[in-house]
Amino acid sequence: MSLKRLFFALLVRPFLLVVTGTNVRHAERLPARGPALLVGNHNSHLDTVTLMSLFPGRLLDSVRPAAAADYFLKSGPLAWFSRNLIGIIPVTRGGRAAGEDPLAGVSAALEAGTIVIFFPEGTRGEPERLKEIRSGIFHLAERHASVPIVPVFLHGLGKALPKGAFLPVPFFCDVFVGEPLERSSEKDAFLAGLKARFEALRAEGTFPEWE
Amino acid sequence: MNEVLERIPRGPVLYVFAGVLGLLALSTILGALLARLRPDKDFRELNARIRSWWLMAVVFMLAILLSRAVSLVFMAFLSFLALKEYLSLIPTRRADRSVLLWAYLAVPLQYLWVWVDWYGMFIIFIPVYMFMLIPVRMVLHGQTEGFLPAAGTLHWGLMTTVFTLSHMAYLLQLPEKGGAAGASLVLFLVLVTQLNDVAQYTWGKLFGRHKVMPTVSPNKTYEGLLGGMATSFLLVLLLAPHLTPLTRNESLVAGFFLPLAGFLGDVSVSAIKRDIGVKDAGSLIPGHGGVLDRVNSLTFTAPLFFHFLRFLHF
Repeated sequence: MSLKRLFFALLVRPFLLVVTGTNVRHAERLPARGPALLVGNHNSHLDTVTLMSLFPGRLLDSVRPAAAADYFLKSGPLAWFSRNLIGIIPVTRGGRAAGEDPLAGVSAALEAGTIVIFFPEGTRGEPERLKEIRSGIFHLAERHASVPIVPVFLHGLGKALPKGAFLPVPFFCDVFVGEPLERSSEKDAFLAGLKARFEALRAEGTFPEWE
Repeated sequence: MNEVLERIPRGPVLYVFAGVLGLLALSTILGALLARLRPDKDFRELNARIRSWWLMAVVFMLAILLSRAVSLVFMAFLSFLALKEYLSLIPTRRADRSVLLWAYLAVPLQYLWVWVDWYGMFIIFIPVYMFMLIPVRMVLHGQTEGFLPAAGTLHWGLMTTVFTLSHMAYLLQLPEKGGAAGASLVLFLVLVTQLNDVAQYTWGKLFGRHKVMPTVSPNKTYEGLLGGMATSFLLVLLLAPHLTPLTRNESLVAGFFLPLAGFLGDVSVSAIKRDIGVKDAGSLIPGHGGVLDRVNSLTFTAPLFFHFLRFLHF
């Protein structure tokens, strides 16, 4: 058993069970095997582990989140944690300016049959608000036409642990899984389509105000 | 294992457990029969409900049998889940994130007072100290907009999910008297409250015609309320002599007010859900909704039963 599986079984799953107690709607729409892109809105560091914990332990080693190299690989302990316990796929933000392909790692992982967790907004930003979707996900969709893109809407994790907060506050959280996304070869239409799917998934729930 | 077995109370508690398991087995068979005889109707919700009852009954029985510590941790966790459900349901202010952490802290403390048998603190901690601590913590971050709704809803939640439910735990600390150990008092309270819910639901489903509170809970009918109350009244008369120190006359009183209080607790939580615009408070228990949907009646019956008993007997 890998360190990652152990970490999830002993710490992450019990922690999430008590602190967030995720309520998953349409769990049957989750990809049963890779390659697949699981695309979620991003509010909190808890988003990644929450999405990963939706998969059974035996699949966990092939579920990996794409994450910013400049943030997660910055310092020694965090880098070790990100590589060994989470298994991130590093994405170099602003790499394109330097002439590299920031999504090369993600592409390689998809070709190796990985279920990749991808946050197309690029950053956590203001908790519980949808931000503009960046174009990275469109390029991935173009490159990997046969890989299903499954949208998921997350609610509540931004309340439990927003950007900048240190202590998590218990809240029940929701994960709504959508049907695989239909493709469009036109970038703006594709991104608008994805945003509309997030909005539609959000509309399935009743969420209290948090201002 | 032998130690655990030795601690299992002989007599009434064991018979009642057997009775509950028998009742569950009967309803499982009935549920399966209904689904087979009437394939045109959907009994999935009913059968999910029954399956969840099995799980809840077994967990609850183990929790009150194993030891006082296990019972208290179990009940504290129940309060925590109910509070979490409540706080996830109501609108809260961004600025109050840390205030909510203080509110959560009330759960282990309140059950600590129960554990050390400090009645004076137990009975005023939330109504007095938390009542002051919450607004003080809110004043410290300084956002006055929405102050009253925030302080009000938070305290209401603490009272409902922690203060009232912890009375069920304090039953465990009442000294043994008339052969009634704490566990049998908890069993009596929970059994009467939950069976009252089931009885009111069943009578309502079978004979319900006249709505009793159409704006709050459209499925509640006079037929369900009265039929359920009569059933529970008989149940109290049957069980009270074996599980509680209540006399005959006291049982008559308890048999009347416990079912009524259960109903009122239920509709109070329904009113909140309706106000917020949700059907269930959560989705933790298949067929039932959330924890709050299951303990709503207990929030009224637990403190009333506790004080009735304490006033008369302890």
